[in-house]
Amino acid sequence: MAKVKGSIVVDIERCKGCELCPPVCPTNVLSMSKELNAKGFHYVYMENPDNCTGCNNCALVCPDACITVYRKKLV
Amino acid sequence: MSQQTENNDIVKEENLVFKKTNVLLDKVMHYCPGCGHGTAHRLIAEVIEEMDIQSECIGITPVGCSVLMYNYLDIDMQEAAHGRAPALATAIKRLQPEKFVFTYQGDGDLAAIGTAETIHAANRGENFTIFFINNGIYGMTGGQMAPTTLPNMKSSTSPYGRDVKMMGNPLKMTELVAQLPGSYYVTRQAVHTPAAVRKAKKAIRKAIENQKLEKGLSLVEIVSNCNSGWKMTPLQSNKWMEENMFPFYELGDLKVDGGMAK
Ligand SMILES: Cc1ncc(C[n+]2csc(CCOP(=O)(O)OP(=O)(O)O)c2C)c(N)n1
Ligand code: SF4
Ligand code: SF4
Repeated sequence: MAKVKGSIVVDIERCKGCELCPPVCPTNVLSMSKELNAKGFHYVYMENPDNCTGCNNCALVCPDACITVYRKKLV
Repeated sequence: MSQQTENNDIVKEENLVFKKTNVLLDKVMHYCPGCGHGTAHRLIAEVIEEMDIQSECIGITPVGCSVLMYNYLDIDMQEAAHGRAPALATAIKRLQPEKFVFTYQGDGDLAAIGTAETIHAANRGENFTIFFINNGIYGMTGGQMAPTTLPNMKSSTSPYGRDVKMMGNPLKMTELVAQLPGSYYVTRQAVHTPAAVRKAKKAIRKAIENQKLEKGLSLVEIVSNCNSGWKMTPLQSNKWMEENMFPFYELGDLKVDGGMAK
């Protein structure tokens, strides 16, 4: 199986800090920030970006469509 | 709009796997953090984009938390009076049968004040799609008991839990609609996990595509949370939903291609 590496981009101003996405990440990439966005929410960020496989789980459960997902095959 | 960018060698257009569909507008939705309404909106928008029917789609919004859905989807939408969305959808679909017409309704809207409209539209075999978001209470007005509130479930008007002797039994509208000869596809889904989201999206697509067949009503119930109304965090409310709502409102197909699934 070819190795893949992923990354996400979070629209942090859209994020409502609902905390639904971190638990669905199979590789524990995501955490809630200590900082607040303009609305006063602790937004999600990649605490362990190297672990991301671009599996898309986080984006699927996000009610506010904050997450964009990228995936690249490593050769 | 500030965004966080890391892994710059991966974050490139050619590696894109998922991004917000343009059918869902950039406007931030007013829903509480973690509310299933947002996910349900997104899935409907994604299906509209994938079917390439943005200009052929007409949605009818309800009264309830999702009353402002017309601000979020970039399609033609019409607001209905409380519970009357199926009546309006009937008129619109009959006048413009070539359009894809759907209603989006909460359980207070569809199963309380709109019971007659829902049942009769289904029984007449109207050829549109109903998306039914069941969170077991009246979310918008402050978490009052709805016909769908579970036995013993607390709400602001049943603070000690729904006593079925005094307050009656919860109503399974989706089972009722499945019994009617005019319904063609009836299914119950959820949107709280990646697997549930994938399944729900397939159901939403099938329910819209069915309109091409002109065989009757399609209804997709989405059992969802209302973490503010239930007074829980979003994660707690999803867990509560799995433990309490799903045993009563069982997920899965009830009627497929006009035949009972169970
Ligand atoms: C004719 C009429 N009666 C009552 C109301 C008050 N009202 C507004 S929303 C609502 C219930 C909404 O609950 P539901 O359909 O379950 O949607 P949710 O907010 O939970 O998504 C009610 C009773 C109204 N707006 N119009
Ligand atoms: S794409 Fe998958 S691996 Fe990457 S952060 Fe999201 S859930 Fe985790
Ligand atoms: S699911 Fe979406 S809104 Fe919720 S914390 Fe994650 S990115 Fe933010």
